[in-house]
Amino acid sequence: MKVHLDQVNKSFFKGKDDKLHVLDNIDFEIQEGEFVSLIGPSGCGKSTILKLIAGLDAPSSGEVKVNDAVVKGPGNDRVVVFQEGGLFPWMTVLENVTYGLHLKGSSKQAAHDKAMEGLRMVHLGNFTDAHPHELSGGMKQRVAIARSLVMDPDVLLMDEPFAALDEQTRLVLHKELQHIWAQTGKTILFITHNIREALTLSDRVLLMSTRPGAVKQQYEVQAARPRDPSDSVIVDLEKQVMAELEEEMEKVLKEEFGDDYNLEKSHVRDGDRSDMGSHI
Amino acid sequence: MVIVAIWEVISKLGFFPVFMFPPLFIPSEGGGVTVMSTLISGILSGEILSATGVTLVRLLIGFSIAIVLGLTFGFLIARYKIVDDTLGFFVTALQSIPSIVWFPLAIVWFGLGNAAILFIVAIGATWTMTVNSSAGFKNVPSIYIDAAKTLGSSGTHLLRTIILPASVPHIISGLRVAWAFAWRAIMAGELLGSAGGLGYLLDLGRSTQAMDLVLSIMILIGVIGTIIDNQVFLRMEKTVARKWGLKA
Repeated sequence: MKVHLDQVNKSFFKGKDDKLHVLDNIDFEIQEGEFVSLIGPSGCGKSTILKLIAGLDAPSSGEVKVNDAVVKGPGNDRVVVFQEGGLFPWMTVLENVTYGLHLKGSSKQAAHDKAMEGLRMVHLGNFTDAHPHELSGGMKQRVAIARSLVMDPDVLLMDEPFAALDEQTRLVLHKELQHIWAQTGKTILFITHNIREALTLSDRVLLMSTRPGAVKQQYEVQAARPRDPSDSVIVDLEKQVMAELEEEMEKVLKEEFGDDYNLEKSHVRDGDRSDMGSHI
Repeated sequence: MVIVAIWEVISKLGFFPVFMFPPLFIPSEGGGVTVMSTLISGILSGEILSATGVTLVRLLIGFSIAIVLGLTFGFLIARYKIVDDTLGFFVTALQSIPSIVWFPLAIVWFGLGNAAILFIVAIGATWTMTVNSSAGFKNVPSIYIDAAKTLGSSGTHLLRTIILPASVPHIISGLRVAWAFAWRAIMAGELLGSAGGLGYLLDLGRSTQAMDLVLSIMILIGVIGTIIDNQVFLRMEKTVARKWGLKA
């Protein structure tokens, strides 16, 4: 297996004795070439899991293994696409994309060629000399994806990469990401709180419960590719996931507002169905 | 313009002797002194130019020392909590001491001369530079560092390619303020005692009661300060702002 989280726990210390248990016995695997999504309410520890796999943070107990080796720190075999892209604003698009390649020891020419190939893959071949602030939100994410792909990582980690984008841009990027995934066969862990996004893109969706964060359910998405969000399999799963998530939401809201909060039955589901879950 | 006109009128009215209140452009009596003629003849004779040269060289050396020290301290403060708790606190206190206060100490340590002046220029600019650069280093968004780390960067490479450039906006505003402090420090230092430099000429003007000389140097200082602020620092700020898309 490509990625294996083995009984992972994570706690943060707030002050001396105040311990916040964020992740509780997380245990799952991701197979080679699999596209897995993690969904759950805000604050359930989704991003923490990603940081553990990326090696940007260490688990309090348990082990994170990638390619059967324990993760000890960040490395360019696991590259992250962040929500805001994390592009370096003082570098041009091309410099951003070649940044990691130079670190890998590629020659100038090789890095340039590889970066151009990556940028063309996300249709930004004409924007090499632009600075990130000159690009739209969708274009920035494209650059971030290109920057990660050119590294040819074993695992691509995506932390709500499309959350800040408008609906149309997001739909286009969903299509393109599926295409890129089909072309490159990368192993992808995708974090989102948009249920439809998760179901449209993934082979498997892991639903997390919160406080402490744990994997509550998993769903295999056995719909044909390329995916159509109105596919009956996806629509049906969407209902199931929503029902599960509602429970978690209620838990969060109760904790935040105290006992005077009373979630009506199916309250969340009655909302606008076109963006299910995207504003949780 | 109005100020210049009022100045001229007052100097012509003769309330004050010419040496105390010299006219700017039009001599009060035939062949009398004016500030402009003194400035121009001073520049032509090379006296003022060489003094300006001496001052600027000292300034650049002192300022460079301050930049290096300030960046180093700033980095250590941002990086190590223990340094922040000790030196960081100390720096705030040091910052509130006007640099000229160090002068007596500098004279005793280095003797009256170049080294003492360099010392107070450096010490005048270092603390501001430290405060600004540590703020810059501390405020580097963690997403840049995380992104760079996952792309394989670490150690000095991370410092050079990410942390330093990401702090540039803070560092430039630090440079600008530090430059202003350095200017003040060098004038005070040169006034109080040295050979050469604009401050020394000011003191010469005072002792020979030649206010035309004093005023022409004041004008020169203002002009140099404005030119450097506009041509160097404002330009740097604009370039960075344009690249980063911070503002127009």
